[in-house]
Amino acid sequence: MANAIEVQHLVKRYGDLAAVNDIEFSVAPGTVFSFLGPNGAGKTTTTEILEGLRRVTSGTVRVLDLDPWTDAYELHRKIGVIPQDFRFFEKITPREAIEYYGRLFGTHPDPIDLLRRVQLSDKAHARFDTLSGGQKQKVGLALALTNDPKVCFLDEPTTGLDPTARRAIWEVIRSLKSEGRTVFLTTHYLEEAELLADHVAIINHGRIIAAGTPTEIISEYGRPERLSFRAPSALAEYLRGKVGLPVSVADGRVEVELAQKKDAVRVLAAVDASGLPWETFSTVQDTLEDVFVRLVGQMDDGTLKSETSA
Amino acid sequence: MRPARVLADLKIVVRSYLRNPVALFFSLLFPIILIGLFGLIFSAVGNASVTVQVINLDHGSPGSVQFLAALNNTSVVKVNVVDWNATNFGTLLGQNDDPVGLIIPAGFNASLATHTPTNVTIFVDPADASSSGTVIGAVEGVASAFNLHLANGTAVVGFTTENVGSKVFSYIDYLIPGLIGFSILTSPMFSMVDVAAGYRKDGIFRELSLTPLTRAEWLTSHILWYTALTFLTAGIMIGAGAELFGASVNITLGIIPFLIVGPLLFVSLGMLAGSVAKTPESAALIGNIITFPMMFLSGTFFQVSMFPPALQTFARVLPLYYVIDGMNQVMLFENSTRALTDFAVVLVTALVIFVLAIRFFQWRDE
Repeated sequence: MANAIEVQHLVKRYGDLAAVNDIEFSVAPGTVFSFLGPNGAGKTTTTEILEGLRRVTSGTVRVLDLDPWTDAYELHRKIGVIPQDFRFFEKITPREAIEYYGRLFGTHPDPIDLLRRVQLSDKAHARFDTLSGGQKQKVGLALALTNDPKVCFLDEPTTGLDPTARRAIWEVIRSLKSEGRTVFLTTHYLEEAELLADHVAIINHGRIIAAGTPTEIISEYGRPERLSFRAPSALAEYLRGKVGLPVSVADGRVEVELAQKKDAVRVLAAVDASGLPWETFSTVQDTLEDVFVRLVGQMDDGTLKSETSA
Repeated sequence: MRPARVLADLKIVVRSYLRNPVALFFSLLFPIILIGLFGLIFSAVGNASVTVQVINLDHGSPGSVQFLAALNNTSVVKVNVVDWNATNFGTLLGQNDDPVGLIIPAGFNASLATHTPTNVTIFVDPADASSSGTVIGAVEGVASAFNLHLANGTAVVGFTTENVGSKVFSYIDYLIPGLIGFSILTSPMFSMVDVAAGYRKDGIFRELSLTPLTRAEWLTSHILWYTALTFLTAGIMIGAGAELFGASVNITLGIIPFLIVGPLLFVSLGMLAGSVAKTPESAALIGNIITFPMMFLSGTFFQVSMFPPALQTFARVLPLYYVIDGMNQVMLFENSTRALTDFAVVLVTALVIFVLAIRFFQWRDE
């Protein structure tokens, strides 16, 4: 089977501004593809083009071998979409919403089954305007599944949710993949992408700056494994002269990049020989987030979030 | 157009509406309040009787009592005997905002018995010519009858009254088609403008664009709901008008076409207004600019024929005029030819606006 999503030389301009500037990627069927980037990088524009909600300025886009803009009506029967900050009719309950979508699509799924899948069956009869942010997002997720979609688009589905709700959504995403569906996930939680995605593309200022599996991206753009000590900076000075490896100081830690694993032994010996005090040591590897921060550079406050600090 | 999808959407529309207390209030209670309010304000018009304050200086003599009773029986005058001071009666009437007064002189009864000429005095307020005229006419009539009787004469020339046209209509009768037209206009216009702009802002149209529901199906379900609401409102208004104010209008099947094309027109127009606007605020403004002139100038509260000629011409370009005029023709005048013309005008306008609304109302952006 051909790729579920195929994007070539995609450009989208708003006036003079190129929101998306000549990007290319493809997503194999049954995989989770995560599209990463800071706010305003072009994630949502790209996603909306794939969903058939916006027209391309130039380039080719195929989703399930359909042109999303001209074949939107046909495409929408085959895809499921959860936008950022999902909103729905305020006075309608999740159960009624699913019944409604079921009638529109002619699929008639069991609302309670679907709500159980997204862990919302206890709120089946609560009106939408009484639900919390996470619960509303789950309604969106359930609605995106009413038509048994082949490709699911999730645009920052966990933004603003508490850790429990986020994990619940992650579980659903994993189950979508295990059912053979293709998942297109945009997020700015790097941990989320690292946990869930088979492939990742990082977009910034409308261009893709890195693409591959999370491991590939980390090994290509990340720094080598490091030995890290909680120690005064005098230790760094000492080590620089002794071990012949890059040494850095940050946040009260001294870090030595290891060219190979056995360098660790040499470094430890040198630390011991220095006679300088040190408290703890550990080995550190770059996460996708470290790579992302380095690649994207210094970003505006609040554009990058994570549950765990690196 | 798939009926199943229209019905599915209609179900959502109805549920949303019924679970919104404000919307419910406006559609069910508001018509009753409107008809009650206007009915009360104008119920005096048409069957007015003028109250006349009377000082009887002949103190309950049989002749004076008979004269006042005859005056009261004219039904255009209501006699109210007071024991005020006759010397400054005019001042007292003015102070009490009473436009008309009457003094029966002392010895009135004796004058009748002896056929001696006597004068009753009428006090009038020149500023209130209609009350004065009514009372003077009534007093003249009663005095002539007394004179004729005292002269043992026979009334030769008599008269009976007939109303202009085949049937007489009171203000409340005109008010019913007018107010039905008012709610045909306002109920969909105000909420569709709001819905069009709000759903776009909240991304709900975007959501719906991802389903097989089409714009025409979506608009149709709304038209169906507002048509149902219009039938309900019209029923309430006709019922309340008849029950509370004795309105009498023809309840015929001829009303139905107007109760269908009216909502078709104004749901589409509201959608069109909301779709061409960029923001919810400008949508509300455009909606008001369209709605307000029509609300007052289409014959809702007052008949268009009472307007100055220029305003009448203006009224005839307002689509609501034809809805209300058409309902007047079927509910009051039984003029089906003119009703049919009105219906044709509304139908054509409604279809044009429906098509325009579908064109301009986009689920998605470029």
